[in-house]
Amino acid sequence: MSHPESSQPVKLGELYQEVILDHNKKPRNYGPLDGATAEARGHNRLCGDSYHLRLRVQDGVLSGIAFEGQGCAISKASASLMTTAVEGKSVEEVTRLKDAFLDLLLREKPADGSRAAVGRLKLFEGVKQFPVRVKCATLIWRALEEALRGGPSAEVSTESGQGPTPSS
Amino acid sequence: MTAPERRTIESVRADFPMLAARMNGRPLAYLDNAATTQKPRAVIERMSRFLSSEYATVHRGIYTFSQESTRLCDEVREKCRAFLNAARPEEIVFVRGATEAINLVAHGYGRRALREGDEVLITELEHHSNIVPWQRLCQERGLRLRVAPVNDAGEVLLEEYRRLLGPRTYLVAVTQVSNALGTVTPLPEMIKMAHHAGAVVLVDGAQGAPHRATDVRALDCDFYCFSGHKIYGPTGIGVLYGKMKHLEAMDPYQSGGDMIESVSFEETTYAPPPAKFEAGTPAFVEIIGLGEALDYVSSLGWEWIGAQEEALLRLATERLSRIPGLRIIGQAPHKAAVVSFDLEGIHPHDVGTILNEEGIAVRAGNHCAQPVMRRYGLTATTRASFAYYNTAEEVEALVRGIERVRGVFA
Ligand SMILES: Cc1ncc(COP(=O)(O)O)c(C=O)c1O
Repeated sequence: MSHPESSQPVKLGELYQEVILDHNKKPRNYGPLDGATAEARGHNRLCGDSYHLRLRVQDGVLSGIAFEGQGCAISKASASLMTTAVEGKSVEEVTRLKDAFLDLLLREKPADGSRAAVGRLKLFEGVKQFPVRVKCATLIWRALEEALRGGPSAEVSTESGQGPTPSS
Repeated sequence: MTAPERRTIESVRADFPMLAARMNGRPLAYLDNAATTQKPRAVIERMSRFLSSEYATVHRGIYTFSQESTRLCDEVREKCRAFLNAARPEEIVFVRGATEAINLVAHGYGRRALREGDEVLITELEHHSNIVPWQRLCQERGLRLRVAPVNDAGEVLLEEYRRLLGPRTYLVAVTQVSNALGTVTPLPEMIKMAHHAGAVVLVDGAQGAPHRATDVRALDCDFYCFSGHKIYGPTGIGVLYGKMKHLEAMDPYQSGGDMIESVSFEETTYAPPPAKFEAGTPAFVEIIGLGEALDYVSSLGWEWIGAQEEALLRLATERLSRIPGLRIIGQAPHKAAVVSFDLEGIHPHDVGTILNEEGIAVRAGNHCAQPVMRRYGLTATTRASFAYYNTAEEVEALVRGIERVRGVFA
């Protein structure tokens, strides 16, 4: 960052951490995926985030994962970091990680083990201070959940089952 | 409008209690006026006084308080007539807002005398509320929805518009001011061309009525609507103006009490307009608040309002366009005080979050106008929309806020 950390209130610094800014700028595993066995699309109607996630599962292991699309820094960094965290893990491990991540971000009092279980992804905890942004951080994980469950072409929206988006 | 008093910006701001609020430890810079406007004390206090010491239903009462409520609402209808320069107060229908007004016309007028293949013409600038009701009508009735495009600056291409008008054009629905870009549309020409082709015209005045004098008779539009909450009045109330000949011929929208002449189980005779379109107990507290809001706007005068907002637009445009990587979306020569922008490589949602920390309220998103966003290859922009009570310091705060955004993402 080009300015001293101290000039930034703590809150904002926790949201836009170096790692998040870095993954936003240079997303990992970005692009199409050869031999994908499952995919899902995730949309956030509120701000127009829209991602396409593809997975390749071989012998119960996530041997490949990639995403494409556009959105805010939080959603993009979350997608990028998610792909680096799950690649090469067994589907069971991935599912446990996903559950822990969603628990950590969505629950006011997450389960004891969730924080440890997500490892360095706990840097997204800062997002909880910005309630409207929690959806951005969890969007790709919801898409992952759908892809693991739904197979060929699943779709998730952050708005499903929630109130209408504000008009202008 | 009656002779406006000369007002200073400080004294006008003092009329709006909410403008003194702080957000995230900073003075609130409220730059989301296209979404909804703040309320002057006159509106707040009038509604509060009515609720505290004058409240009784309209129409039905034989007792004094109810008669007085009825008289107050009639008075506001007359104020709305004068505000729009309609011919008669009966041409003013109270609705919940612009959205309901458009749905009412799509339902009540749109379903009449339509033949398959007839066309509804809108523009690329429209808000979803002036797209979807027509789209649904077209799907239901086998009509064709046509869309007049805009140029890179965000202006309706009049030659294209003229080409799209034809003997099959049944209705034209067009916004007075684009909520996403700020473009002021050339209504007089567009309406003349539409009438020449034999089409009726609905004008969505949601973003127009709060910012410029509107004369529905001079425009000769067939329908016009606006929302109370965007013109410093309460939520839940709006106005539909329609030429009497149309209102008389139209089907009712909703049905129930207050809109009928007589009911038997065999047959119902409808009351004449506007009652025909005002089924149920109206939002009369809000109607009274709206009347107060229109009085407030009149007391400032369009000349003062126009000068303030024009100066804010000019300053914001000049200051923002100097920020590296910032592109203003919508650069029509004729614009309302709306500045929609894209910051290269930074998503509007992140811009909005950081500005929020600075106490600056802006809109980040698609502004319920996805088609026009798509026209510029975007899914979202950040939008600062001004009202006469905004200040040059708030524009500077916005500029500093954007610089901070750029700092975070540098
Ligand atoms: C141009 C335009 N038309 C229609 C509407 C709908 O107004 P409302 O939501 O008050 O019904 C809005 C605002 O949301 C608007 O900006």
